[in-house]
Amino acid sequence: MSAVDLSWIDLALAAALLVVNGAISLAFGLRLEASLAVAAIRMAVQLAAIGFVLKFVFVQTSPLWTLLIAVVMVSVAGYELMQRQERRLRGWWAYGFGHLTLLLVGGLSTLYAVIVVIGPAPWYAPRYVLPILGMVLGNTLTSLSLALQILTEGAERERTSIEARLALGATRLEAFAPVLRRALRTALTPLLNIMSVAGVVTLPGMMTGQILAGADPAEAAKYQIMIMFVLTGAAGFGALVAGLGGVLLLTDNRHRLRLDRLAPARAAV
Amino acid sequence: MLKIDYLSLPGLPVLSFEIAAGECLAVEGPSGSGKTRLLRAIADLDPADGYVFLEGVERRELPAPQWRRRVRYAAAEPAWWGAAAREHFPPTAKLDRLLSALGLDAELLDRPLAQLSTGERQRLGLIRAIADEPQVLLLDEPTAALDAQNAALAEELIKFQVLAGRILILVSHDPGQIARLAQGHLLLNRTPARDSDSSQSAAA
Repeated sequence: MSAVDLSWIDLALAAALLVVNGAISLAFGLRLEASLAVAAIRMAVQLAAIGFVLKFVFVQTSPLWTLLIAVVMVSVAGYELMQRQERRLRGWWAYGFGHLTLLLVGGLSTLYAVIVVIGPAPWYAPRYVLPILGMVLGNTLTSLSLALQILTEGAERERTSIEARLALGATRLEAFAPVLRRALRTALTPLLNIMSVAGVVTLPGMMTGQILAGADPAEAAKYQIMIMFVLTGAAGFGALVAGLGGVLLLTDNRHRLRLDRLAPARAAV
Repeated sequence: MLKIDYLSLPGLPVLSFEIAAGECLAVEGPSGSGKTRLLRAIADLDPADGYVFLEGVERRELPAPQWRRRVRYAAAEPAWWGAAAREHFPPTAKLDRLLSALGLDAELLDRPLAQLSTGERQRLGLIRAIADEPQVLLLDEPTAALDAQNAALAEELIKFQVLAGRILILVSHDPGQIARLAQGHLLLNRTPARDSDSSQSAAA
């Protein structure tokens, strides 16, 4: 069994629902009509484009194409990670640090999931590698940005007590221990919540997709369970790397707190 | 002996001086003249060019935490990270003598810090700074929050540290205290220096 193909007319029918949003915007003077139209068109174009790109890449099944798309995904995620920080670390190496963390964590956990757990032939089959990498990056991104956010906020707010510990002879990791612990806890919370309600309150997107595409729901559930484990592992590993790296970037090799390495505060995007 | 050699801080002249064991140097100067920044630089809490030697060992020759266990900076307002003072001391620390020297009850150690007075916290901060017997004490207004009687007790304890052969650099706004404790003086003059972002001077 396979899913019913959607025609262009089907899509147009679904798009008609946006008219309701437009009407609300007009009726209440929200002035969102233009933004709504732009966002809807962007969404449609982006998804259609990625659909065609993936179709092309899946047909090639070439390791090079897979790698190229993966690199683009990691770069965009790394950029987004730094954009999300309210107080960013200064300098190009902060960007490098974000990208490297995502590359390391995304790469390792995706390869583990695909090669060790799923084991498709060939192992680099893009239809397994790329969707899993996408899910891993999306979730790791959230965890990393939470961890960094808590870390930089904590370093600022608890600057005097961190420096008091340093002055008493603590190493930078000892001085940062309470803040780091809080950052790691916060980074892992979203996935704990998702796992707790998965299947009860929410039906995860991948599982829904597989079921719509005609897969056996029991098989889809197994896939989703596997993915949740991979995502949680990746988020934990990522938060740890980002947390430790963040402490190293916020301090120097003489164990000094270096808040001067944070760019001035700005409004969160 | 603590030897400061060509220590250079923004907005201050390059500084060179020595303090022998068992001596106290008072650093004086108006608010914002860099007294706190000087102490922080000697403790290696802020980057600064130049050299600081303790018994012939330059600060960069030791891991920074080890240096700061020997060269102890105590901020004017001690900062705390735990709920009660006891968490801020090693479990084996012998504090009874120090507490009674400052007129503090040992029971204060387990009381929530938020319930203590500013003066009690400052005295506990002084005890925290000297409990592990660092060779050099860099005290930033150690008695600013104390009434005359408690300030006298704190001064006695500080004096005892110097008599025991430790090296003291004292920042104080009390000329009488400086006269009683210090053998040497260093005067920092106000210069239109911008406050460096990583120092917390100006609080003085």
